[in-house]
Amino acid sequence: MNGAGVSLEIAGAALTLLPGRALWWAAERLLVASDLHLGKSERIARRGGALVPPYESADTLGRLAALVRAHAPAHVVCLGDSFDDLRAAEALGPADRDELAGLMAGRRWTWVQGNHDPGPTALGGTCAPELRLGGIALRHAAEPGEAGPEISGHYHPKAGPHGVRRPAFVTDGRRLILPAFGTYTGGLDAADPAIARLMGPGARAILTGPTQAALPLSACRRTAGGPPRRAVRGAARGPA
Amino acid sequence: MRDFVPDRFSDWFAARGWSIHPHQQEMLEKAGAPALLLVAPTGGGKTLAGFLPTLAELADGAREGLHTLYVSPLKALAADIRRNLRAPIEEMGLPIRVEDRTGDTAATQKRRQRADPPHILLTTPESLALLTSYEDAPRIFAGLERVIVDEVHALAESKRGDQLMLALARLSRLRPGLRRVGLSATVENPAAMGRILAKHPDPVEIVHADPGPAPDISMLQTAAAPPWAGGGGRHAIPEVLREVGRHRTTLIFHNTRAQAEIFFHHLWLANDEGLAIGIHHGSLSRESREKVEAAMVAGSLRAIVCTGSLDLGIDWGDVDLVIQVGAPKNVKRLVQRIGRANHRYNAPSKALLVPANRFEIVECKAALDAVREGTLDGDAPAHGPRDVLCQHILITACAGPFDADALYAEVTSAGAYAGLARDAFDACLDFCATGGYALRAYDRWQRLVRRPDGLWQLRDPRAAQTIRMNVGTIQDTDTLKVRLKNRAGGKPLGEVEEGFAATLTPGDTFLIGGRVVRYEGLRELTVEVTRRADREPKIATFMGTKFATSTRLTGRILDILAQETWPDLPGHTAEWLALQRRVSRMPGADRLLVESFPHDGRQHVCAYGFAGRNAQATLGLIMTQQMERLGLAPLGFVATDYATLVWGLEALPDARALFAPATLREGFERWLAGNAVMKRTFKASAVIAGLIERNTPRAGGRKSGRQQTFSSDILYDTLLKYDPDHLLMQITREEALRGLVDFGRIEEMLARVEGRIDHVALDRVTPLAAPLFLEPGRVPVEGEGRERMVAEAAERLMEAAGLPR
Repeated sequence: MNGAGVSLEIAGAALTLLPGRALWWAAERLLVASDLHLGKSERIARRGGALVPPYESADTLGRLAALVRAHAPAHVVCLGDSFDDLRAAEALGPADRDELAGLMAGRRWTWVQGNHDPGPTALGGTCAPELRLGGIALRHAAEPGEAGPEISGHYHPKAGPHGVRRPAFVTDGRRLILPAFGTYTGGLDAADPAIARLMGPGARAILTGPTQAALPLSACRRTAGGPPRRAVRGAARGPA
Repeated sequence: MRDFVPDRFSDWFAARGWSIHPHQQEMLEKAGAPALLLVAPTGGGKTLAGFLPTLAELADGAREGLHTLYVSPLKALAADIRRNLRAPIEEMGLPIRVEDRTGDTAATQKRRQRADPPHILLTTPESLALLTSYEDAPRIFAGLERVIVDEVHALAESKRGDQLMLALARLSRLRPGLRRVGLSATVENPAAMGRILAKHPDPVEIVHADPGPAPDISMLQTAAAPPWAGGGGRHAIPEVLREVGRHRTTLIFHNTRAQAEIFFHHLWLANDEGLAIGIHHGSLSRESREKVEAAMVAGSLRAIVCTGSLDLGIDWGDVDLVIQVGAPKNVKRLVQRIGRANHRYNAPSKALLVPANRFEIVECKAALDAVREGTLDGDAPAHGPRDVLCQHILITACAGPFDADALYAEVTSAGAYAGLARDAFDACLDFCATGGYALRAYDRWQRLVRRPDGLWQLRDPRAAQTIRMNVGTIQDTDTLKVRLKNRAGGKPLGEVEEGFAATLTPGDTFLIGGRVVRYEGLRELTVEVTRRADREPKIATFMGTKFATSTRLTGRILDILAQETWPDLPGHTAEWLALQRRVSRMPGADRLLVESFPHDGRQHVCAYGFAGRNAQATLGLIMTQQMERLGLAPLGFVATDYATLVWGLEALPDARALFAPATLREGFERWLAGNAVMKRTFKASAVIAGLIERNTPRAGGRKSGRQQTFSSDILYDTLLKYDPDHLLMQITREEALRGLVDFGRIEEMLARVEGRIDHVALDRVTPLAAPLFLEPGRVPVEGEGRERMVAEAAERLMEAAGLPR
């Protein structure tokens, strides 16, 4: 991994925004990754779509395994949309299952439910609608009414200067939105109203990848008002 | 002889005061040939020659159903032909129904045509491919006698042509006696063109029309010398206006749409006499183009500034002068453009070349010599791309269950695919059926399944809808429509590339359709603008093809440079070349000149490979990568048809190390793996082969380009990492080597040079290198420099926003 990540304090908790698109909370020995979308290619094929390369689950799990090796977390939280749908979780291939089982062995593992995977799977670990740790709410999609500190995913934010678009963290110091971790995931402009309306003043985007630059959210805006973009297919390049 | 021309026809010709051309007569005589190719210059009555046998065969009114299919690369041409056929059909009272069928035809009309086809159907390769995908294709084409392929020279060089030839192979299987007719402009090797047209291995008969008198062509003399670099031709505006004033109708060709826009803008600023001048290019809205076309036909325009969108077919009436602004890059295209002037047979075409910069004076001189001597550029060999084959297999599956052996036999009856090996075909079939991955993941979700009786069919018949929606091989650039603000539902002014739109901030101005507009914002993926022009315009960057100068033309250019003196060239150009020879060296065909010099605080390296724009750009990417490894900290490069200029922080000690063939090839392999050109090529092939769907019934329309770009890039990265030998990766490599990457031309250059590298180290910029500093299209190098740029830019933004880091 390049660099040690960017430090951020939320509700007194010292967090590290890792260049590899995940969050490290050292005091809790907690690793958080959001929107893995495992099994996406299988789901597209099942629904009669194109037969895209079926390697994204192996790639996503491989990058997660590297983070687990590097940080040896006591607890891993996958922040929802871990599977592209619940049938995709069942259809995960044997090699991917073995990899996942190896990662889960010897540590606490929580699957937070997302809109793509609203129920438990047969893969072990704990399944929860949300989680509260050290006074911080961890859930898949930010709650507009949430008054306290909150860590979430769901929006797949991307940002960067001069036409560069990389998966990014977005935070205003109280809320933190994680980039999508999955290999086959698309992106939503960090300045999109869907994200911006959740953020208070002074919000910024912190890029993932080799250069973890921070940008004011207002500067991420491509145009006045911002073009409407759906968060759908497509993805950012993995960390170099 | 006369027997071949029915009386009714000779009477009609006579009544109009026409006599039948010898090649038209010959087309009638040879109408029975299984494959017939007519090679004729523009204005030679080519289309009528193609249709005469059809009209003769249908004259007795005894026939029902589809008799002749006409395919042209342009929708507009189909409509134009329908109008042109009306005269002979009505005036001779022939009982013949003619209809066109293109992307513009209404759905109800299309349905009716399938139930009750006309005698003559005019269509495009895409619409034909779509027709063959229907279950009732055998019935529609049951009585088909002739298929006429117009502008076959243009189609033969593109994937649209490959798709068409596969569709013809299908038609020949449905209708074994089907006769093929090709209509072509002048080409170097008609026999090779014939092999592409004919059903393999049928022979082809070739009919040559009289090529007519030699064109009257010269360089436009201008009072102002052309600039050192750039491609606008603005210096020539007074002389161009003077020529427009002296002629009835002038076509002013440009190589790119952006150049056409700028030139048009400045032409109007100088148009004191108010001559009626229009603009026509592929990024303008259909409405705008049709308006210009109608004005042209009506004879109310004195000139049209245009691009390749006017290269083909449509009869523009009274054009008596063609002006080519910018070096033509390719002699064949120049000859065809010149042919647009004077559609009267037997009158010489008149054309003027306007070199846009100093170097183009040499290029134009070389092109003029080539036209006078009648040497063209050679024809691209047939290659049968496999992404098109994959789409053909899917289209076949839409029409119903098929047998793999029969399909293989059919495909290899298309000339371009005659050499296709069975295992290559099977790999394409496997890709369509299972995705063709090393990891067999989709056994349950195959797209095509093999039935117990051995036939292949779609697993889910509903997939046919998506496949049909994605028929075609034309590459969509990711463009956004441009509209005037507050005119909801108003007609679009045209389109710009999404990448260009992303660089705009409100208040920026740019040119479109010859008008300066002000960018207001993006709304629902439409660029909103107002008509307020209070600033110098930014220029829309249209994708438009950037042609590389052909190998043969490059050879002529090098011959001119090798001359002792240049009495044929304008004084300023001759002096420039002489100065280059004095302070450095002159590049030659059998040596590679590499100059290195400091300028403006940066170290520069200039390599004169004369390999064409695409190959020189590839060379730039490989050079900078090697230089990064050597610790020379390259920052960027720019490429033209003749040279690549690289700038960086450290001086190059020895060019020989950089240009050793083994080093270049090794660097190329490494570079191929991760570069943007490969990703773009991959995307194009992935769309054609059906791995990426541009249109899906569910999503309700086209995905935005950005989303598509991301998904194709990530698919490329994933395949590279996990399945590098996958069929689409093989196709991508093959395509890139030939097209944008053009490594073939680098190999050609290496063979020419055979290790003779002249490294000249100087203390200042050289005359030949100087124009490169003004060249647009500078490419920044990815690497340390890029990361520094991101960090610095972000810091400045944070500071500006008053946010702590």
